[in-house]
Amino acid sequence: MAGKTHSLFDRTIVVPAIGASLRKLSPATMLRNPVMFVTEVGAAVTSIGLFFRSPGEPLGFGFQVTLWLWFTVLFANFAEAMAEGRGKAQADALRKTRTSTMAGRMLMDGSIETVTAESLRKDDCVVVVAGEVIPGDGEVTEGIASVDESAITGESAPVIREAGGDRSAVTGGTRVLSDRIVVRVTANPGESFLDRMITLVEGASRQKTPNEIALTILLSALTIIFLVVVMTLKFYGNYANVPLSVTVLSALLVCLIPTTIGGLLSAIGIAGIDRMVQKNVLAMSGRAVEAAGDVNVLLLDKTGTITMGDRQAAEFIPASGVTVEKLADAAQLASLADETPEGRSIVVLAKQFGLRGRSLADMPHAQFIPFTAQTRMSGVDVDGRKVRKGAAESVKKFVGGTFPAEVDDAVTRVSFNGGTPLVVAENGHVMGVVYLKDIVKGGLKDRFERFRAMGIKTVMITGDNPLTAAAIAREAGVDDFMAEATPEDKLARIKQEQAEGYLVAMTGDGTNDAPALAQADVGVAMNTGTQAAKEAGNMVDLDSNPTKLIEIVEIGKQMLITRGALTTFSIANDVAKYFAIIPAMLIGVFPMIAPLNIMGLHSPRSAILSAVIFNALIIIALIPLALRGVKFRAVSAAAMLRRNLLIYGLGGLLLPFPGIKVIDVALTAFHLI
Amino acid sequence: MDIYGWIELVLYVVLLLALTKPMGLWLFKVLDPQGKTFLDPVFRPVEKGFYRLMGVDPQSEQDWKRYAFSLLAFSLVGGLLTYALLRLQHRLPLNPQAMGAVPDHLAFNTAISFTTNTNWQSYGGESTMSYLSQMLALAIHNFTSAAAGIAVAAALVRGIARSCSKTVGNFWVDLVRLHLYLLLPLALAFSVFLMSQGMIQNFKPYTTARTLDNGAVIQSIVQGPMASQVAIKMLGTNGGGYTNANAAHPYENPTPLSNFLQMLAIFLIPSGLTYYLGKMVKHQRHGWAVWGAMTVLFLAGVLVCWGAEVHGNPRLQAAGVVSSPGNMEGKEVRFGPFESALFATITTDASCGAVNAMHDSFTPLGGLVPMLNIQLGEVVFGGVGAGLYGMLVFVVLTVFLAGLMVGRTPEYLGKKIESYDIKVSVIAVMVLIFDILCFTAWAVSSKWGLAGLNNAGPHGFSEILYAFSSTTGNNGSAFAGLTANTPWYNTTLGLSMVFGRFLFIVPVLALAGSMAKKKLVPESAGSFPVSDLMFVVLLVGTILIVGALSFFPALSLGPIVEHFLMAESNLLF
Repeated sequence: MAGKTHSLFDRTIVVPAIGASLRKLSPATMLRNPVMFVTEVGAAVTSIGLFFRSPGEPLGFGFQVTLWLWFTVLFANFAEAMAEGRGKAQADALRKTRTSTMAGRMLMDGSIETVTAESLRKDDCVVVVAGEVIPGDGEVTEGIASVDESAITGESAPVIREAGGDRSAVTGGTRVLSDRIVVRVTANPGESFLDRMITLVEGASRQKTPNEIALTILLSALTIIFLVVVMTLKFYGNYANVPLSVTVLSALLVCLIPTTIGGLLSAIGIAGIDRMVQKNVLAMSGRAVEAAGDVNVLLLDKTGTITMGDRQAAEFIPASGVTVEKLADAAQLASLADETPEGRSIVVLAKQFGLRGRSLADMPHAQFIPFTAQTRMSGVDVDGRKVRKGAAESVKKFVGGTFPAEVDDAVTRVSFNGGTPLVVAENGHVMGVVYLKDIVKGGLKDRFERFRAMGIKTVMITGDNPLTAAAIAREAGVDDFMAEATPEDKLARIKQEQAEGYLVAMTGDGTNDAPALAQADVGVAMNTGTQAAKEAGNMVDLDSNPTKLIEIVEIGKQMLITRGALTTFSIANDVAKYFAIIPAMLIGVFPMIAPLNIMGLHSPRSAILSAVIFNALIIIALIPLALRGVKFRAVSAAAMLRRNLLIYGLGGLLLPFPGIKVIDVALTAFHLI
Repeated sequence: MDIYGWIELVLYVVLLLALTKPMGLWLFKVLDPQGKTFLDPVFRPVEKGFYRLMGVDPQSEQDWKRYAFSLLAFSLVGGLLTYALLRLQHRLPLNPQAMGAVPDHLAFNTAISFTTNTNWQSYGGESTMSYLSQMLALAIHNFTSAAAGIAVAAALVRGIARSCSKTVGNFWVDLVRLHLYLLLPLALAFSVFLMSQGMIQNFKPYTTARTLDNGAVIQSIVQGPMASQVAIKMLGTNGGGYTNANAAHPYENPTPLSNFLQMLAIFLIPSGLTYYLGKMVKHQRHGWAVWGAMTVLFLAGVLVCWGAEVHGNPRLQAAGVVSSPGNMEGKEVRFGPFESALFATITTDASCGAVNAMHDSFTPLGGLVPMLNIQLGEVVFGGVGAGLYGMLVFVVLTVFLAGLMVGRTPEYLGKKIESYDIKVSVIAVMVLIFDILCFTAWAVSSKWGLAGLNNAGPHGFSEILYAFSSTTGNNGSAFAGLTANTPWYNTTLGLSMVFGRFLFIVPVLALAGSMAKKKLVPESAGSFPVSDLMFVVLLVGTILIVGALSFFPALSLGPIVEHFLMAESNLLF
């Protein structure tokens, strides 16, 4: 199911990938990747060269070099095929849910005809009743239903979908559990989110991201430079009477051009999208994934992202002359019938004051007063006690217009600390204040701290008043907050940050979030959100978990780091390969340069072959790294650079020396040369 | 490697460090059209006069294309004028030695050479050029080509410093101000100092003298306006000698002090430009980081070269030919291994090309250092302007390569490095590499190229490789064993100078234009650090790896194999 990770060398992925790497040898396909195209040409040239060997060059040597050059190309193709295979496996699992779905299409006259899901077009209306699978992405236009979305999200609890409002979007492949809804289809077959994601992981239609293009230009330039280096070397060799065969020159060329990164580049990009899918996020483009790594500002909704959705009772603050127990008793009584999470939390907190649990069944005569938007109070009338709890202003009216000073103070203090004060009164007497607190999610402060270290600013968006907002912002450790924010404010804020040069990421679900989602560089729409929101964003979070924005940023960064690390590694590798090949080329004519053979390689031919084999094997060895991504740590740029430079720069410089030496020893031991 | 060498080296670096900030602050004023200097009362009216004469509005700026076009047009006209002067010098005044017209291919080569700040000389000055040619055709380019180089660097720095801007400055304003406020006053002061050391400055005919051995040989001793030309030759990193022996000639480098200050003059403006960079981008530490990277590469070069020259040729020592270990072949006895190695490193770190010893006679490794310095793009302080803009291209590539490793699209000082920037940067680098490698390949495989060789084997190869490296890098020094004054060499070397200069400058200006247009992302903890030790290491590493990867195969057939021939065999080459 979505979210399932495939083990790295899953047979069902590896076997087709081997076939795909052979098919990808077609020059038309290879041309998309200039580095590997040159490698392929090199392999082809040496293959032909086998028939026109220079005198004294044994067939075995030429044959082995040729073979490993072809392997180099195949290994690179294999890496790409593996990444595609893994992405497809994810997508296929998602797609399985909606093959052979039948749909009841509503005709103009209101009658219903049964058609296949594939034949549905945009703006068709379909009727889905309990037990049926929703045939395509769409919007509920009529009715309300509970829907099982576990096929997409892996979350087993059903969700409510209803016409109008922010919970109207439904996803193809999910199942209606109760009631009947009419769904207006919003995507043609092949254009749904899922389809777009599938095409994204399939190489053929994959667009290169801006950064990938820039890197490809650099890698192509290096390739052309080395092409010229090797071609001019032939002339220099003629001058110095050093015979340089086509085989040897091709081997040198392929070792020098950045085949490691060239071979793994597209795999890295696909794997980035794939990792998003594993987190249940559908990215609409590779560009969006890349932008996620670049984000400087995160706009985070307070409710659901920073705080738990609900407030919890944290403290009872009694009025003077009232004991805490008495206040707790009154508050508990007033909340017994209050099924909201706030109400329940008051009952729970009251238990800590030694109050026995009450139940509604014990009080048959109690008359419960429900909360209404007009009274903004709720409570109970029982045994002559009229207990109320509610907003300070409403309770003030209820008790006749005045509060004791200390209660007023308590109300202000609670507000100032970011809480919500609930005043409890009994029969016209103010009993005290219940401190309802926004509970900040665990671990967030730490996480924001790490974001700050990475240079990412967090901004909390809330509808609360500035006082409350400031308190929660302080507790959560965000850098900035927007209080009493409207969707328009949000849009204006994004534009302002962008004008200052920042890239902004945000989450949203409502239709009124759509403009902001569209404006943001990374807009993550919740899957539960409206169709408009999903269209406007460039990612959809199937779990509808706003906190995930943070992980999205990390995945984006990880992809860029992996690309940079392997590029550095690839280029640093060249130094050792020079020390293998150049002495081998010259030693025949200039035996005195033997000290340059610092690895002490056995013979010129074994040296050249060892370098070529190392160059091919390193691609295979790095496939897991390319697919999984370099380990990401949330630290400052300087610290991250130091660490990666040490591993991939210095490591890339040093590793090939022992690597080539080991291969050389093995080649000699097995008499392959 | 004696103690006096170490003392002088430390003194040199300390003095350079001390002069960097004042020079940078001065450049900051000169390159700002509104900048005020104490020279204003004298030069402001002259400056305004020039603008009126040229019809330039000093307030209006140019985009990178117009800037590049102005520079190219100016260079073309200057080059053509020089060509004409050289071809007609026999008909023009100030020619007491009655020098004939310069042959067409030599005039072509020389005109390009001086226009491009190269000062490659296929001729001996004292036996080819009239005084008028020396002053009007050649010395004038020592000023203009230097100013043009600084102008390009200024345009690039402005591009980096600005945001959301279409323009990068006004070439004509930069040109005028650089001459009036920087090059002319500095050169005047420096030439007066050089005269105080005994350098000649006159219009007399050559002095004839009878030598000591019984007067059998009559010696002709060069005369002429030397100090005025030598001052700017160093300050403007031109390097073209008044005499064939260049700074090894007693007139052209009379005293130890003149030698020391000439070396300091080469790095003066390039070093100040790093401070100018820091000040312009409001990140002074970045300017110093670039200075640091340059100094690291400079010291590495000096020490390798000095070590090799002091070590000398073991086979000559074994044969008892020389008593002292140092390699003295091709060196002025007044200077010896250290002064020669230091001068050779400085003149090739910068695109100067003046020499006080013959690089051709250095030991293989000692000669490898100047050659590699040029091939790395002369970014170690470098030519005036050219060094900084070359270095900044490497900075962009470094930031891009390593910048991805911090997990965001690479940013340089708040500017995102995008595919266009990479494209123009790699074009610039590729031009240099191809220019050197391809012309060398042509030379070693054609009869015209091989005809110029006086040495066979690896050393002959080194001479050709050095020649095209020198012209491509607009350096001008030579492994002078090569007979380059032939139609083929004059033409190909001339072309490589044009490519190396202008095909580099145009992409650099395109980079300037692209950077100027970008939005500025404010710096944060997530920004790529460009001012710490790690950046210096990265920058040095990138330059060395790109340079080494491109030229190691070629060098291994030249100086490297020659070194092993000398050290590990008894073969004669």
